[in-house]
Amino acid sequence: MILKAKVYNKIFAFQSLKEVMSKANEEKSGDELVGIAAKSASERVAAKLVLSNLTLEDIYNNPVIPYEEDEVTRAIYDGLNLRIYQEIKSWTVGYLREYILDHKTTGENLLHISRGLTSEMIAAVAKLMSTMDLVCGSKKIRVQSHCNTTLGIPGTLAFRCQPNHPTDSVEGMLASLKEGLAYGSGDAVIGINPVEDNVETVSRLLDTVKNFMVKWEIPTQNCVLAHVTTQMKAIEKGAPVDLVFQSIAGTQKANDAFGVSSAILDEAFALAQRKGSATGPNLMYFETGQGSEVSLDAHLGVDMMTLEARTYGFARGYRPFMTNNVSGFIGPETIYSGREVIRADLEDLFMGKLHGLPMGIAPCYTNHMKADQNDQEMGTLLCAMAGSNFFMGVPGGDDVMLSYQDTSYHDDASTREILGLRPLPEFEQWLEKMGILENGKLTERAGDPSIFDK
Amino acid sequence: MAVANNDLEKVIIQSVMEELAKKGLLSQKGKDHMMSAAMMDMPFVPNPQSEEMVTFPPQEEMQIDNPFNADAVRAMKKLTPARIGIGRAGTRPKTMSLLRFLADHAVAQDAVFLDVSDEFLQRMNLMAVQSSAGSKDEFLQRPELGRRLSEEAARKIAEKCEKNVQVQILIVDGLSSSAIEANIPDLLPALMQGLKSSGIKVGAPFFIKNGRVWVQDHVASIVNCDVVISLIGERPGLGTAESLSAYMIYRPDENTVEADRTVISNIHKGGIPPAEAGAHLTDVIKQILSAKASGVKLNQQK
Repeated sequence: MILKAKVYNKIFAFQSLKEVMSKANEEKSGDELVGIAAKSASERVAAKLVLSNLTLEDIYNNPVIPYEEDEVTRAIYDGLNLRIYQEIKSWTVGYLREYILDHKTTGENLLHISRGLTSEMIAAVAKLMSTMDLVCGSKKIRVQSHCNTTLGIPGTLAFRCQPNHPTDSVEGMLASLKEGLAYGSGDAVIGINPVEDNVETVSRLLDTVKNFMVKWEIPTQNCVLAHVTTQMKAIEKGAPVDLVFQSIAGTQKANDAFGVSSAILDEAFALAQRKGSATGPNLMYFETGQGSEVSLDAHLGVDMMTLEARTYGFARGYRPFMTNNVSGFIGPETIYSGREVIRADLEDLFMGKLHGLPMGIAPCYTNHMKADQNDQEMGTLLCAMAGSNFFMGVPGGDDVMLSYQDTSYHDDASTREILGLRPLPEFEQWLEKMGILENGKLTERAGDPSIFDK
Repeated sequence: MAVANNDLEKVIIQSVMEELAKKGLLSQKGKDHMMSAAMMDMPFVPNPQSEEMVTFPPQEEMQIDNPFNADAVRAMKKLTPARIGIGRAGTRPKTMSLLRFLADHAVAQDAVFLDVSDEFLQRMNLMAVQSSAGSKDEFLQRPELGRRLSEEAARKIAEKCEKNVQVQILIVDGLSSSAIEANIPDLLPALMQGLKSSGIKVGAPFFIKNGRVWVQDHVASIVNCDVVISLIGERPGLGTAESLSAYMIYRPDENTVEADRTVISNIHKGGIPPAEAGAHLTDVIKQILSAKASGVKLNQQK
């Protein structure tokens, strides 16, 4: 394993694969905060150069967090297809990048080698990729999943309708839901973040949305994004849960801080299969984001991007219906600017897809970041071109409960029309029946929540 | 001179038409006509004395063209602060929705990135010191720097502040300078008055720039007070950029954890009004002093 590189007249020597991985990253404030970022532009390139020459076997032999110490590492290694790994282990990371981008390599090919790649290998190759590289690589890979409807069908773009309310008012939530549906948002899921994380609130919201779905015959799935253990109690009490949600991270320590473990997720998945309300087989909804391990002080000296890849490695065993990335939500100490968040979104979309996950992105921002609406719209269009399966849909782009900005109902409709993408088929039929959509475009009637108030 | 006379004439015509328009005596068509006449060859004559200005329509206004049920949309808008019933231009937001969003974000960003003004600090008679974070960029990216005073600040506090008082009040910008400027003028006098009339010994309040909550522990270690209270700007939402929190702790030390702090948040004119908050905080501080504990430990004693 060669850990030294010469960039013109300067020689850079690195101590470990972990150090190479962190210094090869594009600039992000979280890596700076932890003190593991490259100290100069030349050192950054030197790290990329070293990384390009390492083999997949080198990476396999040097997990950034030891197998014995961390259940995320164990999930990644135990889930690996060793036959495929053996076939490709002599590839360098630089070769892997070119293989991914080669015209002859199809999405099917990539999903095949995916099973022989550890999360660190996937992170490593993404560190060598530019913005357009990431879009080209992402676009090749389509991952479909099925809960009540099928997500990820080529030519479609779906949205989570996110009708959050600052006091969990059922009527207030319904008002935002109607507005979202009237713009064609909600085919991925109707998903609500509750303020109060308790069984009563969660059950009330689930029942209300499910009844609304039944009354208006809306082909989609429902979910309330409380802690997984709260949702499990709600299921036990009979609440209709299509998708079980949980935030997860890339170290066992960070997952501990979230109050989750593989044991809890196993139990939740089994419960969703036995007592959930959906068709399946994909019944889980995960959220992830670069920087969560840093904000929880659970990064163990590993860079944010590698930890995000490890999070996907942890997720893929649960065959989720959707995995949503919210890197822009964590804060300026991890991702500072619009430029940093757009880069992170593209990395995450690519790394998630190469893990075989049905990825969506929330190209979002908070008010204490140096990012604005223009950055968010650029990130959304890039991720849509890169084949994100879904985005969020928030009234006017302003989440009044979580206090951050995300893709709006208007952005949802715009992105579809700009790129000629359609809603999920069953949902499109429903929108046409409701007179909201015609030939893939909003009708005169669209955007009016009172069409549900006959 | 002829040109000037001609211009004068047009200005007179324009003001007459504006007056007519205000009184509703001019049709929309007339207004358009006036606009186009003005645009054709009349130079724009600004009138700084005019009270007229461009502003946003009320938030509660229903913006959908030809809704199925306008009353239902209005009723829905009353049920949530979310941006609904805002209509569209094609798939995009209407101009006023777009500009209102930009305005709300601008106000939030200004609250985070602009400093509390020197003029304000002088007016409030507040001594100003700084955390170890030298700039806003550093403050936002390096949370630990905002939790420690700069060396100069520590020296100045040791030199100028009264020691061994019962309560030390800190004004900390945190994530919103707007929250400080909006609430402190009413909140601080009410709090000082409340504490003094309860016979509690209070040190002179002072201001910390680029500070986070934990900086209060550093201050307490220098002034050796019983209770330190930070009035600190919260992270702004698009709804309000003026929300303030009060964090109180009884004799913090190296074993202090987050749960040891008592927090009252949402202090602003749309939440707990600042003057009212002053009275409320006085009561909480009295409880902390008598229990000799704050945070979870205080709640356990109740």
